Formats: sequence, structure tokens, C-alpha cells
Amino acid sequence: MEKGVAYDNDMNLKATELRLGLPGTDESQKEYSSFVKSNKRSSEEMDSSCNEEECAPAPKALVVGWPPVRSYRKNVLQQQQKKSDSDVSGMYVKVSMDGAPYLRKIDIKVYKNYPDLLIALENMFKCSMGVYSEREGYNGSEYAPTYEDKDGDWMLVGDVPWDMFVTSCKRLRIMKGSEAKGLGCQ
Amino acid sequence: MLNYFPEEVLEHVFSFLTSHPDRNAASLVCKSWYNVERFSRVKVFIGNCYAIGPERLISRFPRVRSLTLKGKPHFADFNLVPYDWGGYVYPWIEAMAKGSTNLEELRLKRMVVSDESLELLAKSFPNFKSLVLVNCEGFTTDGLAAIASNCRFLRELDLQENEVEDRRGQWLSCFPDSCTSLSSLNFACLKGEVNVAALERLVARCRNLKSLRLNHAVPPDALQKILAQSPQLVDLGAGCFAHDPESETYNKLKNVMQKCSSIRSLSGFLDVNVRCLPSIYPICINLTSLNLSYAPGIYSKELVKLIHKCKKLQRLWILDTIGDKGLGVVASTCKELQELRVFPSDFYGVGNVAVTEEGLVAISAGCPNLNSLLYFCQQMTNAALITVAKNCPNFIRFRLCTLNPTIPDAVTMQPLDEGMYAEQLEMLSIAFAGDSDKGMVYVLNGCKKLKKLEVRDSPFGNMALLTDTGKYETMRSLWMSSCGVTFGGCKTLAEKMPRLNVEIINERDEMEGRPDDRQKVEKMYLYRTLVGPRKDAPDFVLTL
Repeated sequence: MEKGVAYDNDMNLKATELRLGLPGTDESQKEYSSFVKSNKRSSEEMDSSCNEEECAPAPKALVVGWPPVRSYRKNVLQQQQKKSDSDVSGMYVKVSMDGAPYLRKIDIKVYKNYPDLLIALENMFKCSMGVYSEREGYNGSEYAPTYEDKDGDWMLVGDVPWDMFVTSCKRLRIMKGSEAKGLGCQ
Repeated sequence: MLNYFPEEVLEHVFSFLTSHPDRNAASLVCKSWYNVERFSRVKVFIGNCYAIGPERLISRFPRVRSLTLKGKPHFADFNLVPYDWGGYVYPWIEAMAKGSTNLEELRLKRMVVSDESLELLAKSFPNFKSLVLVNCEGFTTDGLAAIASNCRFLRELDLQENEVEDRRGQWLSCFPDSCTSLSSLNFACLKGEVNVAALERLVARCRNLKSLRLNHAVPPDALQKILAQSPQLVDLGAGCFAHDPESETYNKLKNVMQKCSSIRSLSGFLDVNVRCLPSIYPICINLTSLNLSYAPGIYSKELVKLIHKCKKLQRLWILDTIGDKGLGVVASTCKELQELRVFPSDFYGVGNVAVTEEGLVAISAGCPNLNSLLYFCQQMTNAALITVAKNCPNFIRFRLCTLNPTIPDAVTMQPLDEGMYAEQLEMLSIAFAGDSDKGMVYVLNGCKKLKKLEVRDSPFGNMALLTDTGKYETMRSLWMSSCGVTFGGCKTLAEKMPRLNVEIINERDEMEGRPDDRQKVEKMYLYRTLVGPRKDAPDFVLTL
């Protein structure tokens, strides 16, 4: 990997450079629509703040054989997910939003992952929470989702694995973005 | 001078040649060496079961005792090869049974193994000792029962990631009381219940048992009893590790674990209560291999606590829930790490904290002996890869996959050697990459040792396919799917190279008579062979 490839213009070796990235691009992203059918809802609502470093939350991957993981492994992990899901029956938690006159309640067991939950919250409260990143939290968004865990601490939604979140979340609070800044920076 | 050595001397010299490439090279020197070598070869490796037929195997190597066979193309792992494409082991077992081969060991990968095959195997070879099935399918626990009942000297039964139909097996009870020779038993991939009492008795009487991997159905108290019987175990796969930490069983387990000071390799934890993990802390210091890639129940915090104690780790398989920070802990603790595999835990969503290039760079800085990598990550940069290559000059296996959810990225697998990395490349896997035919031509020209090339969803067409047709006889196989090659291009290739099987694989609903030459081929698999088109091809496979 250390030996650089000499870029000989005649051979256009750059075209054959083994690199990570899309065909025909250097830095920018390119739609490969023949291969990926995206979940329209999530890409429209969550794409707005997508830049090169942050990935948009996933549309359901409908490409056969992607990611390249053996079906045995996928099946085992998905079985275990189902098992832990069905262990706890219905988890209704209160959801408050800063400035809203009354609270709501949702069953977080109904959702499979963070994007599902965030979409539901955004719909319910007609707000925008943007995209999660480990470093910046929901920086830049109007609102940020937070939750109270078993220890009584207020945590940023998205830090821990989904299953852990479901079992430790006691209530949700949709905080104004300006207030949530402190939580985003670790 | 060597020609005048008696054959017995040559044979003795050859007995020190254990690797297949060495033996193959020796057999090419002259007729006499070819003959001595073929009569003395005991282990045969066949990388593509359709490259040669079982009859030829037996006639060339009559004294074969150990056979390794691989069947389906690698992309079958990712559901790109239709279910009944082929790769049946039965003809091989049948031929060896007829030829009275003294078969002792059979190792199969990506093959279709029927219960009938297993029964024939069990009954035909009285000295049979070792069965290793990796990523195979087609058999049930009834086939395992046949092996258990009939193979009197069985030492190894190793089932890795197979699809096995579970018939509520009493297969474990089929090991007779006289069976005491087992040294390795791995049934972690079985989905059903096992007869726990039979298992406990089996373990108790096999004093040479070194490796034991259980499935999820073995309850905690059985695990504790088994470990009490076998403190000599070197490799343990714990299936269910969800004890009640307040229970007497867990207490006993803690005590027993401390005595298992020979355990060097740990895996499984398919079902886990993280509060029981402290029971394995005493053995962590001895571990050289740890596989927690099937244990999503172990959260990052617990994972890190565990890894802190594993200072001698050489091999680590883990889920990306460990996060970049967790990988930082690995980097500062596991200085002897050679092999790292980070698997994705969340296939479609971006809910979990996954890993990025940061984690990999940290590992490379802390673990300079790293030589084998599989890394699924959210993002990667070229700069990071350059740093990694600088830090770890000894790569022999390198696989990287970015899970970028909107646009899939390239998957590359390449062994890296000091300096000359592309020339040593033996296998390359390309997905959603490349701009034009030149890319594939470049690879085919530059990688002198290339054995397997698999390409999907990349814009390589007939020009790339037909530029160097002779190359394909030096390779084991080429797979191209969802690329730009046409039916006409494949036909041309097949006509030019009669010693290649060029298979066009059509999904059933697309098969409508012979396609037009200009039509793009959805899936093509070609491989060199000495035995022409295979006779067991299903009707959706057209061999040109």
C-alpha cells in the first residue's frame, strides 16, 4: 500500500486506482440508483443535513447480498434480536417536548432502531431533529431527543446500542437544540 | 544423481513435504518423481470440486487418507448463487467407497452434504477419524447420528456455521459407550435441543477432549458439570451463558472456571447475562483467541472490562458495538494481536455506535503484529489506510467494507506483503467499483499470483473479459455478476478456451430459450477443469 501508483496520463491509471469511493467520483457522493432502492421517507426527511463525513441514516438496503455477511451470521444475530425484543412486553414511556402544552406516550418496543423512533417522534411533534453523530450529537438541529435512564440521568438518544436503550429508557424529552448542546459534546 | 536414488529414499524425503504447492511442484520435476509423489501423497486439497473428478483423484492418489474439497463460489455466502447450483459431495464419497480408499479425514467447505452421504461415509471407512464441515448444507441431525454410531475411532466432529435441519436429535446419544477418542466436538451451529445427560457422559469418558463448542441449548448447570469434568479443555465455545448470578450453579461455575487454566480460546456466548462475565475473568489472562462476534448481548462497557484482562490475545473477533473507543482499549491492551475481525451488528440501520477509521488507525498504532484484518465500518479514508499500512507492514489478509448506507462501497480483500503487494494477491473481491474495463485488465495483468477473482455490480464488459483469456487457466475461478459482459462475449471465451467451463447462471424466471448475443449476462462463473462440463448442472445453469 505504501508504493504509490505512478499516474501516467496515457494509461489513465487513476481510473484503475484501487480506492474506496464511488465510481467516477473523487470526494462527492453519487447516486447509484440502479442498485439501491431507498426508503423514500427517511432519505427525504433526514438527508438535509448530510455531508461527506456524516452518513445519512440508512434506507433499508435492498441490494442482494449487501452487506457481505454470511446469511448464517445474519440469521443468528437477528434471532437473538427477536428474542430480546419479545422478552419485554410493551414499553410505554412519556414523551415531553419543550414548549408543548401536554405530553404524549409511545411504546418504544414498536420500533426496531433509532431512525424508526426518530421519524415517529418528528411526525408526532412536527419538529426536526436531524442526524445523530457520536461526536456532535444532534448539533445544528432545532431539537434533540434525550431520555432519562434507570439511574435518573438525562442522556442523549443514540449513544448506546438500541437494545440497551430500550431496556433503560424511562421517559423521553425532546429538548431545544440550544439546550442540548452541552449533552452532545463529550 | 537424484534419479538413481531408490524410490524408498525419495518417498522418505517427500514425507517432509507437507504443503500442497510444494508437493505439486515436486511432482512436475520428472516422471519418476511424479510417481513417487503420487503414491506417497496422503493429503489432497481440491479448491474447486468441479476442476477434477473423483475417479481421477483416486487413480492418481491411491493412498489418499485426507481430502479437502470446496464447492460453491465464494459469493454463495452472500446469496448470489441460487440454491441448487451444485457442489454435491456424494459422488466423491461413493467413488472412494468403491475404490476402497482408506479415508480418515474429510474437510468440506460450501458443499451440499446429504444424510445419505454421511451414512455412506460412516459405513465405508473403518478408520475414519475427522469430519470438518464449514458452511455446508443439506444434512440433518440424522446424518450426524450415523457418524456418531458408526465411526468407532472418531476424533473430530467440527461443524462450523452449517445449515442443519434439526430433527430433535438423539444424535449425541448415538455415540456408543466405547467411544472415548473424541478430541474435538463442535456443534455450536445446531439449533435444537441436545440430550444433555448423554453429552455429560460423553465428555466424561473422552479424556482427550481438547476442544468443545456447545450450542445455545446446553443449560448453565450442564456447562458447569462439563467443565468440572474437563479442566484440560483448550478451546471452549459456551452456548448459553445466562446464569442467575445469585444461584448456586453460578457459584460452582466460578470455582470450576478457575481450574480451567488450559483454556486458550473462547467463543460463543450466544445467550449471555453480562453479570456472569466476571466468572471468566480468571482465564482471560491466558486467552490467545476470543470470538464474541455472536454475542450482541455484551455491551461496549462490559466488552472493554473483559478485554482489559486479555493481554495475550492474538486473535479477536468482535461486533462493531465495541466502538472506536473500545478499539482504543484493544490497541493499548492486546500488544500481541495478529488477527482482528470487526463484524457489523446492525445490518440496515444506523442505530448503533459503529466503528470508523479512527478505531482501525488506533489498532494499527498499538498492534504492529497485525497481519489479518476484516473490518466493517461506517466510513474510511485513504489517509487512514496509508497510516495503517505504514504501521503494520505484515498483512497477509486484508478485508475492508464500508457500510455507507446510501451508496455501497468497494469490498476488497488482499494479502499484503512487504512492498510487492499486488503481485502476491491471490484473491480479490470487487463490488460496486471501477470506471471502465481498464480496471479489470489492470488487475488481471498485475496480479501474477491471482487465483480467484470475483466481481459484482461493476462496469467491466467483454473487452475486460476477453483481453487475456489464457490467464483464466492459471486461476481457479472467475465470477462476474451484474457487470457488462454479454452472452456473445461469454460464448467467444468458451469457444477459445475449451478447458474452461463457462457457466451462465440464470434466475429461473428469466430463462427464455437462448438469449441474444448482445444481452447482458446476469451471472457468469468460469473455472478451469480437466473434466469438461459437469453432468449435475441444474437447468438454470448453461455451460457454454
